[in-house]
Amino acid sequence: MKLLTGNDLASGDVTWWTGAGWSRHVEDAVDVGDQGEAIAHAEEGARRVNGPYVIDATLTPEGPRPAHIKDRIRALGPTVRPDLTLKPADPNAGSWVI
Amino acid sequence: MYKYDEYDHSIVAARVEEFRDQVNRRLAGQITEDQFKPLRLMNGLYLQLHAYMLRVAVPYGTLDSRQMHMLAHIARKYDRGYGHFTTRQNLQYNWIKLEDAPDILAELATVEMHAIQTSGNCIRNISSDQFAGAAADELTDPRPWAELLRQWSTFHPEFSYLPRKFKICVIAAEEDRAAMRLHDIGIQIVEKDGQLGAAIYVGGGMGRTPMIAPLIKDFVPFDDFVSYLEACLRVYNRYGRRDNMYKARIKILIHELGADKYAAEVEEEFAAVKALGIDPPRAEFDRIAAHFAPPAYDADAPDTLDRSDPDFAVWLDQNVSAHKQPGYAVVTISLKPIGGIPGDATADQIDLMADLAKAHSFDELRVTHAQNIVLPHVRKADLYALWQQLRDAGLAEANLDLISDIIACPGLDYCSLANARSIPLAQKIATRFSDIGRQRELGELKLKISGCINACGHHHAGHIGILGVDRKGVENYQLLLGGSGAEDVSLGTITGPGFSEDGIVDAIEKATNVYLAQREDGERFLDTYRRLGMAPFKEAIYG
Ligand code: HEM
Ligand code: SF4
Repeated sequence: MKLLTGNDLASGDVTWWTGAGWSRHVEDAVDVGDQGEAIAHAEEGARRVNGPYVIDATLTPEGPRPAHIKDRIRALGPTVRPDLTLKPADPNAGSWVI
Repeated sequence: MYKYDEYDHSIVAARVEEFRDQVNRRLAGQITEDQFKPLRLMNGLYLQLHAYMLRVAVPYGTLDSRQMHMLAHIARKYDRGYGHFTTRQNLQYNWIKLEDAPDILAELATVEMHAIQTSGNCIRNISSDQFAGAAADELTDPRPWAELLRQWSTFHPEFSYLPRKFKICVIAAEEDRAAMRLHDIGIQIVEKDGQLGAAIYVGGGMGRTPMIAPLIKDFVPFDDFVSYLEACLRVYNRYGRRDNMYKARIKILIHELGADKYAAEVEEEFAAVKALGIDPPRAEFDRIAAHFAPPAYDADAPDTLDRSDPDFAVWLDQNVSAHKQPGYAVVTISLKPIGGIPGDATADQIDLMADLAKAHSFDELRVTHAQNIVLPHVRKADLYALWQQLRDAGLAEANLDLISDIIACPGLDYCSLANARSIPLAQKIATRFSDIGRQRELGELKLKISGCINACGHHHAGHIGILGVDRKGVENYQLLLGGSGAEDVSLGTITGPGFSEDGIVDAIEKATNVYLAQREDGERFLDTYRRLGMAPFKEAIYG
């Protein structure tokens, strides 16, 4: 599947396209098919996202998993600061990244 | 410490307001990201993996406690309670919001700090010896020279759009604690016939094409100093490869042109520049130098130490260096706790270091390129009390220049250019070698890790260097041996095929075992490697 991701313009937070808007959580991301570039263009123009780009991902029971480690680290947070990730209490979050 | 004059205050204040307006226009959609990006970069604001990243300049690595407290305050109020001290003697915040950036810059300006010249193709923040003004072995304090160059280079209209970024380093001791010859221009202040002047090295750097800067001129007297550097930059500005970003650094120009030819071009340009009369009068230098006058030392400070606490004695031997003033010492606070994140400090730790500087170091701190903090002027009689406070705050790791005093760039945990993570590797290596007795047995061993070829973690200059690469989406690490960023400067050599994260920790252990088995009296790891060459290390690692 293809996901559309970027950073929130004002806060810089990592965001994922949900089909209707943007979410901080990769679980909410939807397959954008071949529409990624078009959505990215419109959303960037509307200043709802900064630097959007399309990535490959696979759909798992826990939700979409980005193909590249860089985007998995973006999705969760720094592997060396579990306390600052989106899932500080989840002991398995780290193995999802690696 | 240098204090801003009216002019400095007004240019920084104007810059903050200009940036506030630019941010507002970006948020309001009046300018696009393509238009805005160069503007934010000029103010030290990058977009990284998790948020915006702000790089704050610490000119020649010198700070006072007020500034250090401000760094802690910003970490608390606008970031997530910590900051990262970098190999460029700067500080980076990892979780900045664009909307907050103008306020942060305004707060920094209240303590004479800014983020100017921390990005872009200009002359970057000038780096120097972290022991400047304190080291027993220095000829003179290099910082007035660095400050002179800071004033010359800030917003220099001709050098705001160089072919590529430009890094200058100034030292004034034989021991090079600042990787001087790995800068675009490295300057060593030297003495000739009773006069101070500069030896100029040009064309060093790391990145994908590491180079050691050759000596271009052995002595430039003070009266020609600024003109000569202006000429160096002009020749680069004229011939630097603007057509190819990977060939745009001055090191490539020097390499292609040859140091002699470049030096000849500089001489010719210098003759023209000299006529412009831009060299400052001595009185101006003296005015600047007065800001760096030695503090009011206690001439009767006792020069003896009570070493009876064994843990304290280890720290003394490892992290305390000789001061030029009897009764005083230079303290390096390690930001490399075993298993911690190299260079990171919490807001509370930053505040504590500021308080300690105020109480024990004439209000001065330094940031080192090895990502540690220095208290430059501490009375020997205060060392024990100081150490106890550091220990209680987790800041008394006695590992300076040992294998666990690792330089590591942010890597894939934070950096958008990274191929692999650097920090977890640093943590694993430090943990493997955590025993302080074992570390001291290994002696001086500088280990440096970069998460990609840009070499922000100085891997080329590590006695042991590690470079993160991306092998089909999997992190992989190349091992280098034999680099040095010190006065015995050299570039490391890749041992062979790369390793996984665990594989590289084993490989390092094997390399250190070769050293322990084969070293001769007084040899450091680097010396043994230089004597034996790669073969026995390679055999142990891959055999
Ligand atoms: C996280 C954001 C960062 C980005 C985007 C970045 C980018 C780069 C790039 C592109 C280069 C190669 C320049 C060239 O060869 O022309 C470079 C070099 C370098 N950077 Fe970084 N860097 C970052 C963080 C850091 C940090 C945290 C440090 C200090 C720990 C640092 C210090 C250096 C140094 C020392 C070099 C090599 C010296 C040289 O310029 O040749 N950078 N950086
Ligand atoms: S070396 Fe690469 S990964 Fe490390 S900070 Fe520099 S650009 Fe990022």
